[in-house]
Amino acid sequence: MSLLNASSRQKGSRSFKDHYLERKLLVSRVVIAFVFVVLMLIALVMRSWYLQVVKHEDYQTRSNDNRISVQPIAPKRGLIFDRNGVLLAENRSVYSLEIIPEQVADIDNTLVKLKQLALIEEKHQTAFKSKLRGIRRFKSVVVKSRLNEEEVAVFSVNRHQFPGVRIEARLVRHYPFGEELVHALGYVGRINDRELARIDQANYQATRHIGKVGLEKFYEDHLHGTIGFRRVETDVQGRVIGEPLFEKPPVPGNNLRLSIDIRLQQVAAEAMGDYRGSVVAIDPRNGEILALVSNPGYDPNGFVTGISVSDYQKLTTSSDRPLFNRALRGLYSPGSVIKPHLGWVGLESKLITTKSTVPDPGFWIIPNEEQRLYRDWKKDGHGEAVDLRLAIVQSCDPYFYDLAYRMGIDTLSKYMRSFGFGQYTGIDMGEEVPGIMPSREWKRAERKMPWFPGETVITGIGQGYWISTPLQMANSIAQLGIGGTRYNLHLVTHIQDGDSWKTTPIVPAENQADFSNKDNLKAVQNAMRRVNLYPLGTAKTAFSGAKYTSAGKTGTVQLTSQTEDYDETKVEEQYRDNAMYLGYAPFETPEIALAVVVENAGHGGDKAAPVARKVLDEYFRARDNKTASLNRSEKVGQYGVN
Amino acid sequence: MALIDRDPSDRRGKSLASRLHLDLPLIAGLLLLVIFGLLVLYSASGESQGQLNRQGIRLAIAFLAMFFIAWIPPRVYQKWTPFIYAAGILLLLAVVFFGEKGKGAQRWLDLGFFRFQPSEIMKLAVPMMLAWYFSERSLPPKLRELFIAAVLIAVPTLLIMIQPDLGTSILIASSGGFIIFLAGIKWRVLLSFALVALVYAPIHWFYVMQGYQKQRVLTFLDPEKDPLGSGYHIIQSKIAIGSGGIKGKGWLEGTQSQLEFLPERNTDFIFAVLGEEFGFYGIVLLLSIYLWIIGRGFYIAAQAQDTYTRLLAGAITLTFFVYVFVNIGMVTGILPVVGLPLPLVSYGGTSMVTMMASFGILMGIQTHKKLLPG
Repeated sequence: MSLLNASSRQKGSRSFKDHYLERKLLVSRVVIAFVFVVLMLIALVMRSWYLQVVKHEDYQTRSNDNRISVQPIAPKRGLIFDRNGVLLAENRSVYSLEIIPEQVADIDNTLVKLKQLALIEEKHQTAFKSKLRGIRRFKSVVVKSRLNEEEVAVFSVNRHQFPGVRIEARLVRHYPFGEELVHALGYVGRINDRELARIDQANYQATRHIGKVGLEKFYEDHLHGTIGFRRVETDVQGRVIGEPLFEKPPVPGNNLRLSIDIRLQQVAAEAMGDYRGSVVAIDPRNGEILALVSNPGYDPNGFVTGISVSDYQKLTTSSDRPLFNRALRGLYSPGSVIKPHLGWVGLESKLITTKSTVPDPGFWIIPNEEQRLYRDWKKDGHGEAVDLRLAIVQSCDPYFYDLAYRMGIDTLSKYMRSFGFGQYTGIDMGEEVPGIMPSREWKRAERKMPWFPGETVITGIGQGYWISTPLQMANSIAQLGIGGTRYNLHLVTHIQDGDSWKTTPIVPAENQADFSNKDNLKAVQNAMRRVNLYPLGTAKTAFSGAKYTSAGKTGTVQLTSQTEDYDETKVEEQYRDNAMYLGYAPFETPEIALAVVVENAGHGGDKAAPVARKVLDEYFRARDNKTASLNRSEKVGQYGVN
Repeated sequence: MALIDRDPSDRRGKSLASRLHLDLPLIAGLLLLVIFGLLVLYSASGESQGQLNRQGIRLAIAFLAMFFIAWIPPRVYQKWTPFIYAAGILLLLAVVFFGEKGKGAQRWLDLGFFRFQPSEIMKLAVPMMLAWYFSERSLPPKLRELFIAAVLIAVPTLLIMIQPDLGTSILIASSGGFIIFLAGIKWRVLLSFALVALVYAPIHWFYVMQGYQKQRVLTFLDPEKDPLGSGYHIIQSKIAIGSGGIKGKGWLEGTQSQLEFLPERNTDFIFAVLGEEFGFYGIVLLLSIYLWIIGRGFYIAAQAQDTYTRLLAGAITLTFFVYVFVNIGMVTGILPVVGLPLPLVSYGGTSMVTMMASFGILMGIQTHKKLLPG
């Protein structure tokens, strides 16, 4: 109030105000203010010009970076067909029930309604609730994965009741032949950290599965394909707005066509029954694998979608070792099945002739050394004069003890390597082991011991250090049967490249045997023919009545040192003999060669040869009956392959 | 200036506008601004009809307030000025002791049936008080008068600053400062004040400024230092304006605003939406409208009949300009972030009524003229 008084006291001075000058002063200040304002507004215009014209491109880019995000699209994994076009590995739609939380008004009520329709259970409800915390509310959350067809249908009918709830389809690998084929195909599974470090992450951004084992792993680069992407506009929270601005579709993976004949594979698997073991059937003319069985198998589909810990433990702890691929990694003493090979080496190295004989009293001893008896499998022996043919047909051990002893390990080992023993077969799976073809050098390097003559003797009947895979054995008999080139084994014959199928190259194996002496070859082959045919042949019973010609050799491999009164039924199962059979057919022009190993089953002629018979029967039945073949393919689903 | 002011006593030629005491050029500029503003707001609010309606109602009330104030002859409130000022100070004190808290600041006074911010009254009361004070004295002001004027400004400014409400206190202090400038303060006095301010600035920084205020200044100096935190507003706003280019992305087509990258896009940062969607052309258009309104304000000030109205008209106009400049300067990144709306374009704001009331005063000054002798 003092201010008011102060001003009223000065009222008198007002009359002295120079109104004209004051007005001039004030108007000039207004003009100055106006000029100032204009200048400042010009400054704002210049600032806008700087941002919108000078720096426009810069900010344009940053604006686009803000709003445009790139979404990867997974490519479809390549399909795998058998030689007749039957689908062996496919991609199936798997349906999952998903909820976008922000689009659902009452989530609890929605879950209750879904439960009433029996689409979800209590456990899904609680699991979903816990997933809901700390998640972006516009992102889809899985309520239940792996809906069956019926559940999908039930939801589709009631869809209108569930805004914000949807069914999402995802392609997941499926193997229709399951455990029958698993050891030939392998499987895919979730990408793990180790694989993540190895792969091209850019190309796998949208991919969940990768080949873990077998062909799926070996041909991963072909099967995977190339990632696609779409550019989408997103808001500040990452929601996708509208249609994609740009889309580059993914390139599907290449389809594979295998040499496997799924029907033959199934027959081979069935023929093995509950026995552990392996069947490998190949085409001796090119190294194609027609059937590859390792028994028992397991269901690969469990590994794709995630196997439970207890199920996985059952597989890993089972004494049958179902996860173990016996065809590629099973190492067996070949036993008597290599006698034809050894006989041929004897002829080639002129240690024997077809006429020369060895006496067989039921045992053999190293000359001038009588400490140890090397027994024949037949207690009383095969007579005074056993020649090569009889030695093969009757699988006479002393004949080959004698031959191996005279041959020496160096020659034996060198020739056997030319049949592929101790070497990779080159199969396109990448998991096989080379086995051991023992030699003096090998023993010195691996065992730090010199080679003893007695070891050569048992090597002559495929025992001792010598171990081999079913793949190797099959390829060795294929070579002996065809009397020509041995090829690297392979499963994939064609790879689809765009619209056309390209054949994979057929590669001859290293270390080929020389079959220029046809007489030596014929002598051994004829003896093998008699194994399946001759009244005394060890596989005669198994092959009686066959409508095709064939040749082979049985083997019965002791797994424990046996006394004279070995009785199969009294020995624990895992110590019983392995039954083996190698063979090929037709005898004159071989088209199929096979190796059969039946673990702990007994005699090769009784247990392994019948398996071979069933496989060969099926092969020729199919070959000679094209119409039947077509009908059969239709049953399992014919897929168009060029 | 198309409209020539008629002699108010000439009853025969009196138009409806002058009978209602309206200044048509000013009305035209304000309407143009409001229409353009609603257009931008519709886009900035995500095409919200509700926001548009509420803003329309608020504008209608503000225009009514303007018409009402314009109808009152300036000499009426000139007489009452000291009492309005004193009442404002008392209300500010009441806020300090009984005020409502909201958003971390104590600005509101709750009268049971009515809630309002006394600081809004001071936006008008302070320039009115200073204009009244100087109109009683011969100009240019002497030092002693300047000191009293400074006290008249400082008391409400400090009372508002402690609420705290930096934006409003700056506005009020500058509106008072404008009166001193318009009253003809000598240049050398002005310069020495500027020097004192320069010396005082660091003291203010270290002893007076709040943490959040310092943060705003630091962010302003280098927004990229904290792009997701306090620098986010400025960066996104510059991206919005810069990406608009010359012609803009088109109405409702601004990706920065429509996809919600731009924060507070319908209130303090609405200028960025305009810059993005209407481009450089849009900005020039908006600034032209503002220049028209400001220019008309200065014209009214220059044409005013006495010192009180002249000073008041000039200060009101300059204060309006401060709103425009501080907001646009902040959004384009040449001034630190101060919470001031873009006048008559930003959504909401209690300040809209006060601002329109001040335009009412301008119109009143222009239309209630006494017949001068001779």
